[in-house]
Amino acid sequence: MSMDRDMSQDLLEQVNQALNLNTPLRIQGGNSKAMLGRPVAGEIVDTRNHRGIVSYDPTELVLTARAGTPLVEIEAALFEAGQMLPCEPPHLGAEATLGGMVAAGLSGPRRPWAGSVRDYVLGTRVITGHGKLLRFGGEVMKNVAGYDVSRLMAGSFGCLGLLTEVSLKVLPRPRGCLSLRLPMGRHEAMAELAEWGQQPLPISAACHDGDALYLRLEGGEGSVQSARQRLGGEVLDSGFWRDLREQRLAFFEGPEPLWRVSVPIATGELDLPGRQLVDWSGAQRWLKSTAPAQAIRERVANVGGHATGYTPGDDSSAPLPAALMRYHRALKQQLDPQGVFNPGRLYPDL
Amino acid sequence: MNILYDERVDGALPTVDLPALLQALRDALPDLDILHRAEDLKPYECDGLSAYRTVPLLVVLPERLEQVQTLLKLCHQRGVPVVARGAGTGLSGGALPLAKGILLVMARFNRILEVNPQGRFARLQPGVRNLAISQAAAPHGLYYAPDPSSQIACSIGGNVAENAGGVHCLKYGLTVHNVLKVEILTVEGERLTLGSDALDSPGFDLLALFTGSEGMLGIVTEVTVKLLPKPQVARVLLASFGSVEDAGRAVAEIIAAGIIPGGLEMMDNLAIRAAEDFIHAGYPVDAAAILLCELDGVEADVQDDCDRVADVLRQAGARDVRLACDEAERVRFWAGRKNAFPAVGRISPDYYCMDGTIPRRELPRVLKGISELSEAYGLRVANVFHAGDGNMHPLILFDANLPGELERAEAIGGRILELCVAVGGSITGEHGVGREKINQMCAQFNSDEITLFHAVKAAFDPQGLLNPGKNIPTLHRCAEFGAMHVHHGQLPFPDLERF
Repeated sequence: MSMDRDMSQDLLEQVNQALNLNTPLRIQGGNSKAMLGRPVAGEIVDTRNHRGIVSYDPTELVLTARAGTPLVEIEAALFEAGQMLPCEPPHLGAEATLGGMVAAGLSGPRRPWAGSVRDYVLGTRVITGHGKLLRFGGEVMKNVAGYDVSRLMAGSFGCLGLLTEVSLKVLPRPRGCLSLRLPMGRHEAMAELAEWGQQPLPISAACHDGDALYLRLEGGEGSVQSARQRLGGEVLDSGFWRDLREQRLAFFEGPEPLWRVSVPIATGELDLPGRQLVDWSGAQRWLKSTAPAQAIRERVANVGGHATGYTPGDDSSAPLPAALMRYHRALKQQLDPQGVFNPGRLYPDL
Repeated sequence: MNILYDERVDGALPTVDLPALLQALRDALPDLDILHRAEDLKPYECDGLSAYRTVPLLVVLPERLEQVQTLLKLCHQRGVPVVARGAGTGLSGGALPLAKGILLVMARFNRILEVNPQGRFARLQPGVRNLAISQAAAPHGLYYAPDPSSQIACSIGGNVAENAGGVHCLKYGLTVHNVLKVEILTVEGERLTLGSDALDSPGFDLLALFTGSEGMLGIVTEVTVKLLPKPQVARVLLASFGSVEDAGRAVAEIIAAGIIPGGLEMMDNLAIRAAEDFIHAGYPVDAAAILLCELDGVEADVQDDCDRVADVLRQAGARDVRLACDEAERVRFWAGRKNAFPAVGRISPDYYCMDGTIPRRELPRVLKGISELSEAYGLRVANVFHAGDGNMHPLILFDANLPGELERAEAIGGRILELCVAVGGSITGEHGVGREKINQMCAQFNSDEITLFHAVKAAFDPQGLLNPGKNIPTLHRCAEFGAMHVHHGQLPFPDLERF
C-alpha cells in the first residue's frame, strides 16, 4: 500500500533525543484509548506514520505489521484470507492502531474462549529506554528463548518501551456463526452459563443485559446447528457483538462513569451500585455507576476481581499490593531508567 | 566451549562456607530434609539432560511453604545460589545443579488443592504431575490441555518455569495460555501473586514474563490452571508420503483450508522405522514421511473435518490416508509418535533431542540442511516434528562410548539450532534454553537484547542468586562463542539471508 512506511529510524531518533534531553514522551497511535489510564504530560510520539503490514502468510497463521498500522487495515487483510484476530480487540475509535491494541491489551467478547491479546503476541520490535531498537520473540508459534518480553509489552500501556512492530498469531474464521437471544433473568442466565461452560458447546460470546441472554455460537456448521436446536431462543443479528465490543449498546449511554469489572468466571450475580451488563460469560461486568471508586473496588476485590475506570481520571487502574508495586517499579527502573515512556500512565511514579 | 558453569565466562560465584551454611540451615530449619553426603547428592547431579552433570553443594527437600521462605531468606542473606528443581525431567539442563549452590527440590509439594468444575480451574502445588491434573479433572468432563511427552512424570511448577508445550499447542496453546495465576516467592523470600482468579489483573503482565523464566525470577509455590471441557470426540488420520516436501505442503494446505487440527505431527523415515519396530503402530515403513492429524471437537464437525482433511491430504500427494477405525487404533497411531524418543533410543546407544522452531514454509530447506549436516558429521538424525506449530525435534543418534561422538553430537546439534535461527526460527520451542542452548542464545539475540534480558533479571534478582548461568548467557560467553564461530573466517550458512 502506498501509505506503508518504515519510520522506525525516525522514532528511534525521537526517543534518543528525549533520552538526551530527559524529556518525557507520550506515545500515541490513533488516540482511541485515551480515556484509559492517567493523563501523561510529555512530548507526543505519533506512531501512525510508521505503518504497513510487513508480512502475512495465511498458511503460517502469522501476521507482522508496524505499530502504526490501522487495525481496520489489518482486519481487512485477514478477512480477505478467511482469517481473524481471535481476541477480537475493541477499536474504540476509527483510527485505532495495532500498537495501541497491544499496548492497551484489551480483548473483546471472545476472550474467555479464545484468549487475550497477549496470548496472540508472538514477537515485537521495541525501542527501549536505552535508546535501542530490539527484537524479541519472533514469527514462530513456539519460542521460549529468553524472557517473554513481547508478551510483557501487551497491556503495559507503553510504560516499558515504544512498540514499533508486532507479530501476531491469527486463526481461520469459523465456518459457522450464529447469534441467539434468550429472554431470561440474570440469576437463571448465570446458572445456565456455569453449566454450559463445563460442556463442549461452541459458545464464543455470552452477554446478559438484565432482560435476556445473548449467545454467539461459532464452529463447524454441524455443531452450531445442533447447539442452536438445543439452546433455543431467537436468532440475533451478529452485529450485536461489534456494538458490545465498541461500547455502542444503549447500556453504555448516560452520564455515569463507566467501569470494567473483571471477576472470576463463576462469580455469579454480583451486587454492585449502579447498572450492570454481564459480558465474557460472567468474567467481565460493565458497570455504569456514580458510586465512589473505593466502594466499587472493595466490593469487587472481595470476590477476587478488580475494577478499571473507563472515564478519564487519576486512579483508573486498580491499586497493586505494595510488594507487587515494588517489583513493577524495579522493572520500570531497569527497562526505562530515565522514565521517558508514558510516565504515570498506569500508576503515579511508574 | 564447555557447557558446565564456568566462572571465567559465566561470572564468579560467591564461595560458600559449607559447614557454616549447613549449621545455619539446621538452626533455622530443624525439620527440613537436607542431603549433604556425596552418595545422597549423586542422584541429583542432572535433570533430563543427562549428558551434563554437576553434584550440588546441598539438596533440600522442603514440604512447607514457610521452609522455602526461610531458606530463600537465609540464602539471600548469605549470598548462596539456589537452583530450583521440580520432577527433574527437563531436557535443557534448566535444573542442572551448581557445585556452589543449593538444589531446591519442590517435588514434595504434590497436593491438588482444589478442582473447581464451575470455575473451570484447578489450584495446585508445584510438584503435582501434569497428567494428574487431567486425571483429577476427568470426573467433571474437564482436562488440562498442555501435554508434554513427559506428562506422566513432569510437574506443573516445572511446566510453568519452562513454558512447556506438547502435541496440542497449535489449537490449545502452551502453558502460558493455560495458567491463570501463580504464587511465587522472590529471591528475598517475599510472596507475590501474579495473575488472578479472574481472566486478567491490573499492572504489567508479570505472569506472562514469569512463565518460561526458568527459575531465574522466583520460585513457583502454587499454580492455578485453566481446565477445558473434554472434546466429545477425537479422530486421527494417518497419511503417508513419498517425500518430505509433499508432507510439508499438505500441512500448509490443511491450515489454508481453515482447519486447526488438535494435533498435527510429522515423522521422517528413520523415526517411522524406529517407532514401528518398537510399538507396531501400523506405520508404513517405506514412507519418506507420515503425518498424524488429529481432529477433535463435536461429532458433527469432526466428521466433516475428517472428510475435508482426507481430501486435502490426497491432493497434496499422500500415497495412503487411513482413518483410525476405532479408539484402540487411534491410541496405537499416537503411541508410535509419543514413544518416538525411546524408540530411537533402541536403535542407538545414545540420542540427543533438539528443539528448534521454524516457519513451516522453511521445512524442506531445513530438513535438507539437517541431512547435509548429518552426512558431514557422520551421525544419523531422525526427525520428529510438531508440524502444526513448526516445532522440530531432530534426534541425533550417537554412541557416548566412542571417543568424540558426544562432542560431534553437540556440535551438529548447535549447527541445527543455528540453522533454525537463520531461517527466522528459534533455538527452542518448548524445552527451554537452560544450560544446553546457552551458547546458541548468542546466535538468536544480539548483545543489546541480551543486555535487556539481564536488566529484566536484575529487577527481580539483582545479585543473580536464582539459577545463575541458565537461560541468558553473559556477554563474555557470547564474545567467546562468537570468536569461536568465526574462527574459520566464515559464519555458518553464509548462503542464507540473515533475519
